[in-house]
Amino acid sequence: MLLELKNIKKYFPARKDFFGGTKEYVRAVDRVDLQLRAGENLSIVGESGCGKTTLARLIVKLYPADSGEIIFEGQDITRFSFAQMKPFRSRVQMVFQDPYSSLDPRFTIFSVFQEAMHLEQGRYPSVDEQKKRMEELLEAVQLPADILGRYPHEFSGGERQRIAIARALIMNPQLLILDEAVSSLDVLVQEQIIQLLLDLQKRYQLTYLFISHNLRVVRRISARVAVMYKGKIVELAATGKVFKNPQHPYTKELLAAALDYRPVKRTTEIVLGENSQLVDTGGGHFVIQ
Amino acid sequence: MTNKKSLSQLQIAWQNFKKNRTAMVCVFILGIFYGSALFADFLSPYSYDNEDRNYSYCPPMKVHWVDAAGRFTGPQVYGMTLKFDEYHKRIFVEDNSQRFPVRLFVQGDPYKFLGFIPSRTHLFGVLGEGRLHLLGADTRGRDLLSRILYGGRISLSIGLIGVFISFSLGLLVGGVAGYYGGKIDNFLMRFCEVFMMVPGFYLMLALRSAVPDNFNSLQIYLAVVVILSFIGWAGLARIIRGMSISLKEREYVLAAKVMGLSDFTIIRKHILPHTLSYSIVAIMLSIPGYILGEAALSLIGLGIQDPTASWGNLLSEAMGIVPIHFAPWILLPGVFIFLTVICFNVIGDTLRDCLDPTLKTEGNH
Repeated sequence: MLLELKNIKKYFPARKDFFGGTKEYVRAVDRVDLQLRAGENLSIVGESGCGKTTLARLIVKLYPADSGEIIFEGQDITRFSFAQMKPFRSRVQMVFQDPYSSLDPRFTIFSVFQEAMHLEQGRYPSVDEQKKRMEELLEAVQLPADILGRYPHEFSGGERQRIAIARALIMNPQLLILDEAVSSLDVLVQEQIIQLLLDLQKRYQLTYLFISHNLRVVRRISARVAVMYKGKIVELAATGKVFKNPQHPYTKELLAAALDYRPVKRTTEIVLGENSQLVDTGGGHFVIQ
Repeated sequence: MTNKKSLSQLQIAWQNFKKNRTAMVCVFILGIFYGSALFADFLSPYSYDNEDRNYSYCPPMKVHWVDAAGRFTGPQVYGMTLKFDEYHKRIFVEDNSQRFPVRLFVQGDPYKFLGFIPSRTHLFGVLGEGRLHLLGADTRGRDLLSRILYGGRISLSIGLIGVFISFSLGLLVGGVAGYYGGKIDNFLMRFCEVFMMVPGFYLMLALRSAVPDNFNSLQIYLAVVVILSFIGWAGLARIIRGMSISLKEREYVLAAKVMGLSDFTIIRKHILPHTLSYSIVAIMLSIPGYILGEAALSLIGLGIQDPTASWGNLLSEAMGIVPIHFAPWILLPGVFIFLTVICFNVIGDTLRDCLDPTLKTEGNH
């Protein structure tokens, strides 16, 4: 098992009372369990604000989790210090949504890459070796090697996203978290990036945790899909099963809206019980109950 | 396009800046000021404390190129004799019989060029017994031009050093407060507010009174710099904090965190440089504050002490109406302060337009 999340919880304070104590919380991630096997891409889908980005950021420890465990290759990294995290940082990397803000506009592509390389001290001691590795990565993401001296504002969104992917690959990660990584690109470029991601997966033995609201893209790239709603995973199954045979009312609604552009009348408000849990309804098709 | 060299945003801004003629004139003027402050001891005909009481309040002297008969003589100054007019007012009258040639590279007061090369050569000076006061002399008969040049050293450098200290402090405190947020932020910002609460001039006086009186001129200079920078940093820290709060949510900062860069590196490389376009402008616009602050302290006698010259304490001689009335040239240091302040402001404004083009278009509406 590459990554295992056990009972992960993250509440953000929403309102404070007069004395500064927290009155209400936003349950961004509410007791989530998830397993991710190496090589088996998992997508997390759901509407905006359902907590999927928070979940991704909890995994890379941009925020500390309130409770629960994050187990990476058998080691519980939830409460690791900054120094202890160091070997794990290189193994889990992240690509962000907005290609226009994910590269520092003041850095040339060369310095963007170099910054990541400096973190692995001694691995690329000379500038020549650094350059060689950069060129190899640029070739992998299908960009010309002569762009190293240029600044991010000279590239299109798709090109920037390729650069961001290349940067994430510098550290040779095993798990790549793609947080809405293709959402802001136009459809044709999306398609190219997806194809690129699939190629890279073969070449570098990557595993993707793909976070998106775009079901068409999710269908192409992932082996399993987790549907998230109000901080909880409401349905988790192989991609085909979710798309052909959705069980949970929210999944049905989401699929109808996203694939058929058909609004679904919500007959009853979807209520998630306090102690509801994912239950296997047969053949690894988990639905919250 | 591909073979054209890629330009960073700062380089683009600099190219726009160069197109603004007024700003370039200001850069030129400041360049002259700073250059002449640096080489003050070579450029000035006298040392800052060279005095001749016979020339007390001597007016600016005329340089004569021809004699009374119209023959070319080369530059000369005449001797000055002190007389009293019918109202018993002291006046200096040129004495035709005493003629002193003005020459380049004259040997004069000893000094150390750039602080370490001993020399006696001055760019220009007068030969023989005469004295040369192109901008007049002060009450003790010291050459005002020389004192302005020497004073520029202090007045102009105080702005730069003061800005350097207060901006290092402001950037550091603001960056850290904004990046970490929470309790650290709360503590640092309340700390800043303590400084901002006290009116600047009173804080300046209070801090000055904490400095011992028996300091030598260098110690006083340093004390004044530190006092001035203690006043300016808090406001900047607050603004940098606000920017840093918004910058830390940028995805390149998150990406750097995910890669495992330390907080300090992230603040240094990805947060503070992005406040640069604001800070450069703020720096340019706040340097005049330090120059004026020094002038104010020196004017009321708490800053640089005589005989060391600064533009502020040169002006302090012009505090009374009588000296201004009879020797208006002692106001000249004020002109230099004025020009410097104007130049920094113009450069600051132009830089703002160049660094933030959106702001400019908004302003034109």
